[in-house]
Amino acid sequence: MISMYTLILGIALLVIGFYAMLTRKNLIKIVIGFSIADTGTHIIIVSLGYLRGKTAPIIDGAVNAVNAVQEVVDPIPSALVLTAIVIGLAVTAVMLSFIVEMYKKNKSLSIDDYQELKW
Amino acid sequence: MIKNIAVLLAVAGLLMIFLPVISGFQERDNLNELAADYVDGSINDLGTPNVVTSVIVTYRGLDTLGEVTVLFLATVGVGLLLKGNREDMIKISPLELLETTSSVLVALIMVLGIYIFTHGHLTPGGGFQGGVVIASGFLLLMLSKVNAKISHSIMNFVESFSGVAYVGIGIAGIVLTIGFLNPGILPLGQFGDLFSAGAIPVIYSLIGLKVGSELTSILVTMRGE
Amino acid sequence: MIPVIIIGLGVIMLAAAVAAIYFKSLLASIISAGVISLLASVIYLILGSPDVAMTEASIGSGLTTVIFLFALHRVRKGKSDD
Repeated sequence: MISMYTLILGIALLVIGFYAMLTRKNLIKIVIGFSIADTGTHIIIVSLGYLRGKTAPIIDGAVNAVNAVQEVVDPIPSALVLTAIVIGLAVTAVMLSFIVEMYKKNKSLSIDDYQELKW
Repeated sequence: MIKNIAVLLAVAGLLMIFLPVISGFQERDNLNELAADYVDGSINDLGTPNVVTSVIVTYRGLDTLGEVTVLFLATVGVGLLLKGNREDMIKISPLELLETTSSVLVALIMVLGIYIFTHGHLTPGGGFQGGVVIASGFLLLMLSKVNAKISHSIMNFVESFSGVAYVGIGIAGIVLTIGFLNPGILPLGQFGDLFSAGAIPVIYSLIGLKVGSELTSILVTMRGE
Repeated sequence: MIPVIIIGLGVIMLAAAVAAIYFKSLLASIISAGVISLLASVIYLILGSPDVAMTEASIGSGLTTVIFLFALHRVRKGKSDD
C-alpha cells in the first residue's frame, strides 16, 4: 500500500505547484511553483514503478544474481526520473536567468508589469 | 472573478485527469516483460550490478545522449542571457570558518565526486550524481575564495572533450560491434570488479565530467562573472 | 511502520508546499521548496530507488536552492507583493 500513499502525495504536490503557477504574481514564486510540480511528477512516476515488498535494482548482498528478476523494483522509471531531475535543474536555471534579464529591463518582479504579450 | 473561476476549473480538470489513476491503481507484484528483460540482460549480457546504470548508459543510451545535449543547450542559454555583467557580481566576504575548512574540504569533495562516477556501475550513483558533487565542490570554492577565477577555457575543454569522446565511443560501437553505444567494445571482465562491464564505466565517467563542467559553468554564470 | 513514516513525511511536504506559496518572504519560500526536495529524496529511498534519491538530494535540495538564491540576490530590490 506504500506506493498508493506516495502516488496521492505526488498528485497533491503537482496540483499545488500548478495552482501556484496560475495564481501567483511574483515571477520567482511562479518558478518555485514549477519546481514543486516537477517534484510531484517525479514522485508519481517512481510510485508507478514500485513493486510490493521488492528492493532496489542493485545486485549485492541483499539481492541474489540468480533470481534477481523476482526481487527488484522496476528500474525503468528510476532511470527516466534520474534524467528528468537533471533536465529540471537546467530548465530552472534558464527560467531564472530570463527573470534576471527581465528585471534588469523593467525593475519589477510582478507579472502585471509585463504587458507585451497581453491581448 | 472570471480569472478565479478559470483557475478553479483548470485545477479541477487536472484532478479529473488523475482520478482514474488513483481509483484504478493497484500495486504490482511482478516486473513487466521489458523490465524483466533489462534486469536479466544487465546481469548476464552486460555484467553490471546496478541495473539503473545499464538502463541509462546502454538500453536508453540515446536518450542520455539527448539529455546531455539539452543540458549543454541550457548552459549555452544561461551564458548567452547573463554574459558580461560583471558589475552585479555576487561578492559576500566569507566567514573565517568557511575559508579555513574549504581548503581541506574542496579536495575531498572532488575525490568523492570522482569515486561516485567511477563506481556508477557497482553502487548507487553515477555520472549525474558525481558531476553534481564536483560542481558543488566548485561552488564551495566560489563561496570561500571570492576572487578565485575558474578558468572558462579549461571548463570548455573538459566539456567538449568528454562530449566528443562520448559520441566517439558510440560510433566505435557501430564499427566494432552491433550498434551505437554498445559497451561490448571493451572486455566484460569479472562481475563486480571496478574494471568490468565493458565500456559502461568509461561512458559514465565521461558523462560525469561533462555534467560537472556544465553545472559549474551554470553556477559561475549565475553568480555573475 | 513504513506507512506512518510516509504519511508523516507527506504531511510535512504538503505543509511546506503550501507555505512556499503563501510566505511573504521569497527567501523563506525558496528554503521551503528545498525542504520539499530533501524529504522527497527520503521517499525515493523508501520506494527502492537509491539512485534517484541521491540525485534529488544533491540537485533538488542543493544546486536548485543555490541557483534560486543567486537569482534572488540579483533581483533583491524587486517588490514581492504576493
